[in-house]
Amino acid sequence: MLRQVEGSKAVADTVAACRPQVICAYPISPQTHIVEGLSQLVKNSTLQGCEFINVESEFAAMSVAIGASATGARTYTATASQGLLYMVEAVYNASGLGLPIVMTVANRAIGAPINIWNDHSDSMSQRDSGWIQLYAETNQEAADLHVQAFKIAEELSLPVMVCMDGFILTHAYERVDVPDQDQVDRYLPPFTPRQVLDPTDPLSIGAMVGPEAFTEVKYMSHIKNLQALDVIAHAGDDFTSIFNRDSGGLLRGYKLAGAETVVIALGSVLGTIKDVVDEMRADGLPIGVLGIIAFRPFPFELLRQMLSGAKRVIVLEKAFQLGIGGIVIENVRTSLRGTEIKDFNLIAGLGGRPITKTSLRNYLDKAHYDNVADLTFLDLDQQLADHEIAREAGNYNVH
Amino acid sequence: MFQVRIHGRGGQGVVTAAELLAQAAFDESRYAQAFPSFGSERTGAPVVAFARIADTEIRVREPIMSPDAVIIQDSTLLKQVDVFSGLKKDGFALINSTRTFEQLGIAEIAGNNPRFITVPATAMAMQYLGRPVPNAVLLGAFAALTKSISLHSVTDAINEKFKPKVAASNVAAATAAYEYVLEMVAAHA
Amino acid sequence: MSTNPVKFYQVGSFAVGNRLLSAEDRSIQSDPNRTNALTSGHRACQGCGEALGARYALDAAMRASGEKIIAVNATGCLEVFSTPYPESSWRIPWLHSLFGNAPAVATGVAAALKAQGRTDIRVVGQGGDGATVDIGFGALSGMFERNDDVLYICYDNEAYMNTGVQRSGATPPAARTATTQAVGENPGNVFGQGKNLPRIAMAHEIPYVATATVADLRDLEAKVTKAMSFRGARYIHVLVPCPLGWGSQSCDTIKIARLATQSGLFPVFEAEHGEVVASTPIRKRESVEEYLKLQVRYSHLFAPTRRDDVIDHLQAMADKNIARYNLMSTDNGGN
Repeated sequence: MLRQVEGSKAVADTVAACRPQVICAYPISPQTHIVEGLSQLVKNSTLQGCEFINVESEFAAMSVAIGASATGARTYTATASQGLLYMVEAVYNASGLGLPIVMTVANRAIGAPINIWNDHSDSMSQRDSGWIQLYAETNQEAADLHVQAFKIAEELSLPVMVCMDGFILTHAYERVDVPDQDQVDRYLPPFTPRQVLDPTDPLSIGAMVGPEAFTEVKYMSHIKNLQALDVIAHAGDDFTSIFNRDSGGLLRGYKLAGAETVVIALGSVLGTIKDVVDEMRADGLPIGVLGIIAFRPFPFELLRQMLSGAKRVIVLEKAFQLGIGGIVIENVRTSLRGTEIKDFNLIAGLGGRPITKTSLRNYLDKAHYDNVADLTFLDLDQQLADHEIAREAGNYNVH
Repeated sequence: MFQVRIHGRGGQGVVTAAELLAQAAFDESRYAQAFPSFGSERTGAPVVAFARIADTEIRVREPIMSPDAVIIQDSTLLKQVDVFSGLKKDGFALINSTRTFEQLGIAEIAGNNPRFITVPATAMAMQYLGRPVPNAVLLGAFAALTKSISLHSVTDAINEKFKPKVAASNVAAATAAYEYVLEMVAAHA
Repeated sequence: MSTNPVKFYQVGSFAVGNRLLSAEDRSIQSDPNRTNALTSGHRACQGCGEALGARYALDAAMRASGEKIIAVNATGCLEVFSTPYPESSWRIPWLHSLFGNAPAVATGVAAALKAQGRTDIRVVGQGGDGATVDIGFGALSGMFERNDDVLYICYDNEAYMNTGVQRSGATPPAARTATTQAVGENPGNVFGQGKNLPRIAMAHEIPYVATATVADLRDLEAKVTKAMSFRGARYIHVLVPCPLGWGSQSCDTIKIARLATQSGLFPVFEAEHGEVVASTPIRKRESVEEYLKLQVRYSHLFAPTRRDDVIDHLQAMADKNIARYNLMSTDNGGN
């Protein structure tokens, strides 16, 4: 049903429609409205057959999810930033045990310094955890990706992280066609676990695997992650056929035809980028956009195909590797290895700093002519930074 | 696209105001995006909320840098925050106050501008709601001042968002403010 | 004429298949068709108290639940020696996740069963003292606080044994471990530290808390069985001597456990909703010295110089337990 609704509420209502059986979560800004919404739906019996557990920490949240999922219950949790880090041991455990848990990550910066605003450092830090990572561009897509997430997770027996920009999406009040129960029921069958804890057929889950077998176990995970690309793509196609809109999938191009410069990004910033790109196109500049929805596994082949006409890519990221540069750009470079396509890295939006059309346009006007550094921090107060660097230099005996 | 920036303090219903505006636009089958300037929960601190209204899908996510209208729910902010920052040349400003522009210290910017008005929204809220929450009142005034949204849509949104008794009094207050501003605007003309 | 029920103590603990008892009163261990939840082939040390305790506890839980339990195990000796991939000695559904989350994982299992309408299947969480008292403490407290329907059993061998005998929050004062060496002025673990998990569990006012040891396995079985008659959060703390970590003979495991109870160092009792309802009286009082001298982890109290100050301090702790739980009286509501 089409509604004007807060992003968090759209997600909560959509998750409820997926008929989860166990929800366990610990509150952290900016995810709070999602779990509050779900808690209310369970308490007033709108969502039935579901146990809502108020856990004492995020580590407990993922642990409860592990127990519930291993027992055959469709399980959901949500977190952000510090909370995600607090549960990391369990995050790896969940994927290692092959449990189809779905978790919303309301993207938020990681401290220190403590910062409650949006960037991608939290989910990016877990890119090697074995979880599938999907990034929503809008609240519509955020809601839709949760439905697809359960299907993808249960088909692969792998957990899925749905990433949506904290505050920017979670707390934005906008138009969403919130999936109806019957639509979701048609798309998402009941959960049939690949293996389950059951007294009538006992098995041991979580054995210690030594050097003689560990490599093979990990290799099989690797293969499964490669297979996931197809599953994600099909989940998006199946979604379109039932819900009649384009949502999810691996990558989404915008005005790529004839684009010499392509801006690559994840999440809500894509909307702002598209507005800027429209203005540049109106000014005759051949520029386009490529949005990454599935970041893990990374769609190397497809990205390379979709960028075949480009001369350069600008990879805009909301996280980076200290002392090195962007994260996403390294996957992009791997994808484009052997081509002549140039790449430029733009780190933006850290800790919630707004990414404005003006700043983006200024940068892209130069970047289109290769007139920018390899690595740029958008709207960095260079004067302040230089001042600090000089001040620090006075603290060292540098000869 | 019509962009509105709402200034107030935590606890004054600034975010609700933005959401009501967005809901009203939705009821007119238009697209709307409302969001707060995010921060930790704290009563009394300056807060800003944004609302965009358009006839096509809204994709941009930046804070509103060049509003077409600003609503100032708490006039003490005039000394603290640059509430008019980026306001378009022909932009609207709706200020909750019983004082004159001179007394508020904004005579230079507001002076003879018919698009700048003050409304005694808190007093009206006290009269109709019994509580000093001026947000719905100001939306009624906003509808009359900018004509970017109909009063009907505003009252529909109020009825959708609040429980019947509270909604009724807010609708009455908003309507009264609407009429108050219509008269003001007519007098100016 | 009034009658006094007589317990055949000797026979009850050393002969599991006592034909003087009816079938239901016999230990499940006497039944050839028992689950044998932790079956043979596991890699535990000779004389391991934990392997013994776990088998008795889980078989009792299986009987009490009609053969329907799911076990959640923390990382530790029990998990490591029972599941060397590709083998497993568990004959029940069993899940091992992490070191610090067994109580939370058990909560999850219970929640799933409830959502599925299968609360006839019961959940047992288990772990060593490290997993329970230290790293899993937050999760345990959370499970207690929510009164989740889980029986949690702690097998307490008083240190992190599987990683090489390091001190835990359950290590008793004066005990030598790899991180509380028997050197310096105050050799071994210091006094004034340590958590009393049974009392902490009682402070949460959960339906049932009990302590037990592998010296009285029938008592352990009875307590597990009783715990299974309750719903909600339940906790059993079992003392399980570790020959390797304690430096004792593998044939002395049960004897040492008995000395722990008979000296008063390890009080055996039951509590419901935060109040002690029964305690097991000391049958034949022993001094703590009888207990200590069988364990190399306390040998520094006897040689090169005898440390009467420390031994007396330990004796005082035992005396305090005896007073607190009324262990010298025969009128304790218990055995």
